Amino acid sequence: MSDDHVYLSLAEGHEDGDARWAFGTGFEDPLYGVSTAVPEGVDPAELAACCLALGDDALVTAQRLAEWTTRAPELEEEVALANIGLDLLGQARLLYARCGQVDGTERGEDAYAYFRDADDFRSVRLAELPNGDFAFSMARLLVLSAWRLAHFERLAASADPVLAAVAAKGVKELTYHRQYAAEWVVRLGDGTAESRRRMQAGLDQVMPYVSELFAAYDAGETVLAVLRQVTEAATLSLPAVPEAAAGSGREGEHTEHLAALLADLQSVARAHPEATW
Amino acid sequence: MSDTQAKKGGWPLYEVFVRGKRGLNHVHVGSLHAADDRMALTHARDLYTRRNEGVSIWVVRSENIAASTRDEKDPFFDPSADKVYRHPTFYDIPDDVPHI
Amino acid sequence: MAALQTDSTTAADGTPPDLAQRFDDTIARDQRIEPRDWMPDGYRKTLIRQVAQHAHSEIIGMQPEGEWITRAPSLRRKAILFAKVQDEAGHGLYLYSAAETLGADRTDLTERLLEGRQKYSSIFNYPTLSFADVGVIGWFVDGAAICNQVPLCRSSYGPYARAMVRICKEESFHQRQGYELLMTMMRGTDAQREMVQDAVNRWWWPSLMMFGPPDDSSPNSAQSMAWKIKRHSNDELRQRFVDMTVPQAEKLGVTLPDPELRWNEERGRHDFGTPDWDELMRVIKGDGPCNTERIERRRAAHEEGAWVREAAVAHAAKQAAEKQNGAVA
Repeated sequence: MSDDHVYLSLAEGHEDGDARWAFGTGFEDPLYGVSTAVPEGVDPAELAACCLALGDDALVTAQRLAEWTTRAPELEEEVALANIGLDLLGQARLLYARCGQVDGTERGEDAYAYFRDADDFRSVRLAELPNGDFAFSMARLLVLSAWRLAHFERLAASADPVLAAVAAKGVKELTYHRQYAAEWVVRLGDGTAESRRRMQAGLDQVMPYVSELFAAYDAGETVLAVLRQVTEAATLSLPAVPEAAAGSGREGEHTEHLAALLADLQSVARAHPEATW
Repeated sequence: MSDTQAKKGGWPLYEVFVRGKRGLNHVHVGSLHAADDRMALTHARDLYTRRNEGVSIWVVRSENIAASTRDEKDPFFDPSADKVYRHPTFYDIPDDVPHI
Repeated sequence: MAALQTDSTTAADGTPPDLAQRFDDTIARDQRIEPRDWMPDGYRKTLIRQVAQHAHSEIIGMQPEGEWITRAPSLRRKAILFAKVQDEAGHGLYLYSAAETLGADRTDLTERLLEGRQKYSSIFNYPTLSFADVGVIGWFVDGAAICNQVPLCRSSYGPYARAMVRICKEESFHQRQGYELLMTMMRGTDAQREMVQDAVNRWWWPSLMMFGPPDDSSPNSAQSMAWKIKRHSNDELRQRFVDMTVPQAEKLGVTLPDPELRWNEERGRHDFGTPDWDELMRVIKGDGPCNTERIERRRAAHEEGAWVREAAVAHAAKQAAEKQNGAVA
């Protein structure tokens, strides 16, 4: 057996190089060249609060998506759900970083993710609910992505160049997330009798948490239009939007689920608070 | 789709062809399972373009061929453009660690 | 090379001898057999089994590391691990895809896994007890997998070889990310250093066992080597892995838990102790720490996902029917 280096031998026998795999090479940093100073006329506290809340939404949503790992209904969905989770995790990281730059604390992303308690989180309550079945998860993903997309489309014009850049990149990702969720809602709604029952139930369970989203950012018309279109294609009925229940994630008022989620998320980091990973 | 697959609720097999930025022809990259053409394209994008590869995807069952449209290029492919950690150069490992 | 094929080449089964000859010649010339080529039945069956078990290993392998994604102690590590486990799903899919070119059906292969008729790599029957295990799995298990897989890039069966090229390229950074995590931890707190050494102590011997039993206990290897499905022997690969890993351990500052491990100047290789082959046999037979858990998790996902998969099929059928009705009208 030759003593060739394991990696060198990867190149053996492929004179045409990588073209057969159509590898790409470049990675663009969406924040490259973007100034990090806070522009005139932008209130740093407001900007920080916005980034924090949207960062929290993304982190909590990504965490629930990560919980589907090894439990997805088909292997291709494992890959798809991880893609979405990774996109959101990436958004959370950028938003937390921006928050640290402008809230005066200069904290890093991990300080926000690992060393705040549940009542410091500003995520919407819909994000922290347990995954339920795949139908519930798709209903939740549809509503959250449609809402976040509407918000990000607006923020792409933000006076803060960093938030604008993050939002612009996020719009492309969220368009895909919304599409993915919508397709599943349609398949499950207009699939078998069992899937229809579950999909309708999923929507019914999501709706009580929708008012809270619109109170945080008013995209009610857009989101309801999306839901109407999707539920019609899915041959489902769109439940009415109930009045907001008491308590708002944006005020730090959460269900008991968030504390449980954070206990898991933060466990190793908090066990070694001085450690670098 | 075979009767066995139908009974087991299995999704039909699709072959996937990807045309890379540098290539001129679609290259067959493998296969996957999907319930319909649309799902097949979505899965192919997830599975075969995770590394910033490919601009055009073709998926084909035995009966028909489907392709992605240029109009959908951005949301379809851009999200993978900056997942930096998929390439070894992202990692800070001293040059003198052998075999890594 | 003397042909070891037994069942396939003569007119006794009605196969024209020139097809068999073409197969032999292709193998002898180190060229690829492709899905439409004639191949001995034994070759096809062996390949299906090997490729499928490789695929099963990737999918089951998602579990020990996957359970640490939610708890990863920094967002960067979380993203890295999330992407890695996603890659493993992808690798399983590439391999099932290769197996299907041989006429296998993925649903059928999944059932064989769940019924214990097909296996997966024994290494994944061990538990991950700390976050350091994530790093050590990247370093040892992905390292061992690379040793095993790079030669398979020259496997005689085209779709398998091509899948292996793709997988190896993606896996090279898995090993680096594991090693980098360990380097960071070894430069960190005492507790982190102890965590790393503890993980090394638990994963070293099982990693050596990944290469399979010693050559003198591997009866099926000879035919696989003749067909160029397997390119190197278990012991050769195990030796290569040890030689590769010892200097990496030195750089890291960890001790490999083998008192017999030492450089042998004469051989130009490291001598090392004997793995506990009884343990390997027990784990392969189902008596490892996590065998039941791994299969049950896979079964649960498969069964609980059935209604989703069926819904997608039903929906597609409705769409197709509508399209047809539209066309007729």
